Amino acid sequence: MLKQTPLNAAHRDMGAKMVDFGGWDMPVNYGSQIEEHHQVRNDVGMFDVCHMLVVDVRGDDVRGFLRGLVANNVDKLTVSGKALYSCMLNPEGSVIDDLIIYFMTEDWFRIVVNAGTADKDVAWMQQQAAGRALTITPRRDLAMIAVQGPQARAKVWQAIPGSQAVTELMKPFNAVEFQQYYIARTGYTGEDGFEIMLPVDEADAMWRTLAGLGVKPIGLGARDTLRLEAGMNLYGQDMDETTNPLESGLSWTVDLKSERDFIGKSALQSRDIDLQLVGLLLLDKGVLRAHQVVNTKHGAGEITSGTFSPTLQQSIALARIPLGIAPGSEVTVTVRDKQLKAKVVSYPFARNGHSLI
Amino acid sequence: MSIPADLKYTASHEWVKTNADGTVTVGITAHAQDLLGDMVFVENPVVGRNLAAGEECAVVESVKAASDVYAPIAGVVVASNSDVETSPETINQDAYAAWMFTIKPTNSADVAGLMDATAYQALVESEAH
Repeated sequence: MLKQTPLNAAHRDMGAKMVDFGGWDMPVNYGSQIEEHHQVRNDVGMFDVCHMLVVDVRGDDVRGFLRGLVANNVDKLTVSGKALYSCMLNPEGSVIDDLIIYFMTEDWFRIVVNAGTADKDVAWMQQQAAGRALTITPRRDLAMIAVQGPQARAKVWQAIPGSQAVTELMKPFNAVEFQQYYIARTGYTGEDGFEIMLPVDEADAMWRTLAGLGVKPIGLGARDTLRLEAGMNLYGQDMDETTNPLESGLSWTVDLKSERDFIGKSALQSRDIDLQLVGLLLLDKGVLRAHQVVNTKHGAGEITSGTFSPTLQQSIALARIPLGIAPGSEVTVTVRDKQLKAKVVSYPFARNGHSLI
Repeated sequence: MSIPADLKYTASHEWVKTNADGTVTVGITAHAQDLLGDMVFVENPVVGRNLAAGEECAVVESVKAASDVYAPIAGVVVASNSDVETSPETINQDAYAAWMFTIKPTNSADVAGLMDATAYQALVESEAH
């Protein structure tokens, strides 16, 4: 039996094609994935992200607990509502999950984790919290809807009366509690917008209200092409428990400068890093896909995520390849029986409605 | 999804049309394009290539996935539709108009061994469960 989000009936009403996504019955598209992609880049769309899990950590010295738990430094969170992206590592320095931490108060931080890793994450957090006066609470009573695109904020302001006053001046990667909502200026598309946490029993009505305002529902298919164009990693593809953040394009999220110790730090410091995550732009015709082999002058690498980019109208990928292959270099990718030419590029590939290549 | 009664079908979701001159034209079914979603790449076999029945001979790729296309019967490729390679989305628009390639069969009787529309309909319904 697949798990259902509170928006399941709404997806079916709106003509979604549903798929098994890691045990969840989720919409992959509502017609054309490419049209949905452009809809978000150019206007506004909404995503059911209820399968992701909100975890509240409360108690004494939550900050001290998180200092040791995650690779980024929660001491960067000084103002209530500020958000921080981080990896949670195992002692070997590999990635258990990537997550977003919101600073509520000193005795309450909120963490949003991936759907497929949620149970594992909560168990790991509880294990690490042993002996501390902390409660770690999975919030399946909260739904989450992402509204993304250049018109996203204006639509949310219409859908939630009074929300404009408290969010209009809020900067990206910040959030605010408003009535029964927690409204975060975050997302996974490279566009402006909000991720809204709200009570599960209000999710269906909110979804339909947004639809009535012209916000189109967007499936997981376009979610993947949008995030890949935006150069955002996907857990389980671009990094997992066999790779570390330094070879996954996530060095910027690992704080090795402060004195602070965290799980996985010593392993990262003692390890030779000889791989890097780069962007690839396919010069030949075809489509790059995960696990295709990338051939470089310093040896072979592998595509971790690949797709056709609707914005660029050509295929793009993230690939883990040997260090020393700089942007601008040409490599080949083995696709079936052919060697296709690709160019190494810096990513993101596209954000805020435009190609960056 | 439409399944024209005048065509033959394969279990791998190709449609096959017998032409007046005895050649057969091949494409992928409306059901197949619906499963794959927005098409972005097509690679057809070159004219003159000899194909064994069931041989991988073409590729269609959507945003979501790549899928092989198989030769429904043995024969030699006598035509290849470059229009679908240039505009893969035409397969989404009308899968039965967007033909991919034409084969001159080794044995013209082989076509009779393929599924008819009723059998293919049953296959599609069984795969839905």
